[in-house]
Amino acid sequence: MCDTCGCNITPGNEHLVMEDGKLSRTSSGSEAVEVLQGLLHENDHQASHNREHFDRHQVLAINLMSSPGTGKTALLEATIDALKGELRIGVIEGDLETENDADRIRKKGVPACQISTGSACHLDAHMVHDALHQISLDDLDLLFIENVGNLVCPASFDLGHHRNITLLSVTEGDDKPAKYPVIFRAADLMLLTKTDLLPYLDDFDPAHAEQYLRELSNPAEMISLSAKNGNGVDHWIKWLRHELKHYRSILSNSETITPSLQPSRVEHHHHNTDGHHHTHSHS
Amino acid sequence: MHELSICQSIISQVESIAQKHGATSVSLINIQVGPLSGVEIPLLKNAWTIARSGTVASNAELEIEEMPITIRCGSCNLESSATANKMVCGYCGEWRTELISGDEMLLRSIDLEKEAEMENSDV
Repeated sequence: MCDTCGCNITPGNEHLVMEDGKLSRTSSGSEAVEVLQGLLHENDHQASHNREHFDRHQVLAINLMSSPGTGKTALLEATIDALKGELRIGVIEGDLETENDADRIRKKGVPACQISTGSACHLDAHMVHDALHQISLDDLDLLFIENVGNLVCPASFDLGHHRNITLLSVTEGDDKPAKYPVIFRAADLMLLTKTDLLPYLDDFDPAHAEQYLRELSNPAEMISLSAKNGNGVDHWIKWLRHELKHYRSILSNSETITPSLQPSRVEHHHHNTDGHHHTHSHS
Repeated sequence: MHELSICQSIISQVESIAQKHGATSVSLINIQVGPLSGVEIPLLKNAWTIARSGTVASNAELEIEEMPITIRCGSCNLESSATANKMVCGYCGEWRTELISGDEMLLRSIDLEKEAEMENSDV
């Protein structure tokens, strides 16, 4: 017997469940409550809390998303070197297992907290919040959150960060944005990584990658770089400096910034602006 | 598989709403999902049967409204339908478009049952 597909409805009880049956129209009846909340309401709530926390410390939080092996950690190592003595960086590393990535970052003299997600395919706002207890935001200007290597799930979860960056390495196909539109659509910046390998890969065309990004109606800039030979790293650093400056000028007006696309935009569709519990009862 | 965490999130929202309204069970949960939300509907349906057991929503049907992708062109201003990886204007081909619908991940409404009142009306 199941209660969903209707296989337990018999001629003897069907009057109870048909339109005029007692079950669907008792004097009080079932009460329909309009909710209009994001499906990840609790996550979104925690994410706003995280964002307030970052804002209080004026720390720009950046979410790095990509498939495994695009060079997220190598990018961070190059970034730390390039900004040494100028900006204070912290890193939250998300992986299923091991402290390897956090160890690589710590070797650069930067605080890093590893979140081992076990079997979870993405970071969520609660995991990031827990990690924040281990990192002193007072000592930071920039916080990178290296999400779990996965082009599907991380896009659905707001972590409270300010900017999304999606990495695409040239050893992948240039049609990756068309294959994984949700995560590339969310990018505020697309980084094309490992460009030192381009001469060996005649089937990867950066112009095609950018074209596929545009077809997602995403105006985000694409920056090509190689953390290995350093080409393009200056352009990326310039982007970071600009974003941090922009963020702090917005903060000085007591506002904040969010990624240009938010996973669950209740406000966008329903003009429900309070962002909290918003229930109406209809009896 | 984040569809299970989405189901768990739905259930915890539903539990708090049911409690607030003094309901004993939930018969229907209506959600809207668009292709650009990243939520896979077949996976969500599978996860739902696992996630709901032993909760106030253990008998609740999950009604999923699948929302179409609709865009408005930034150039010719016309609305057209689109696919997840080709969000260009259906009329003039412009890629600068605004999303009208298709990224929903929304808990719309739930139907609550109040046992005491139902027993009265059954008499």
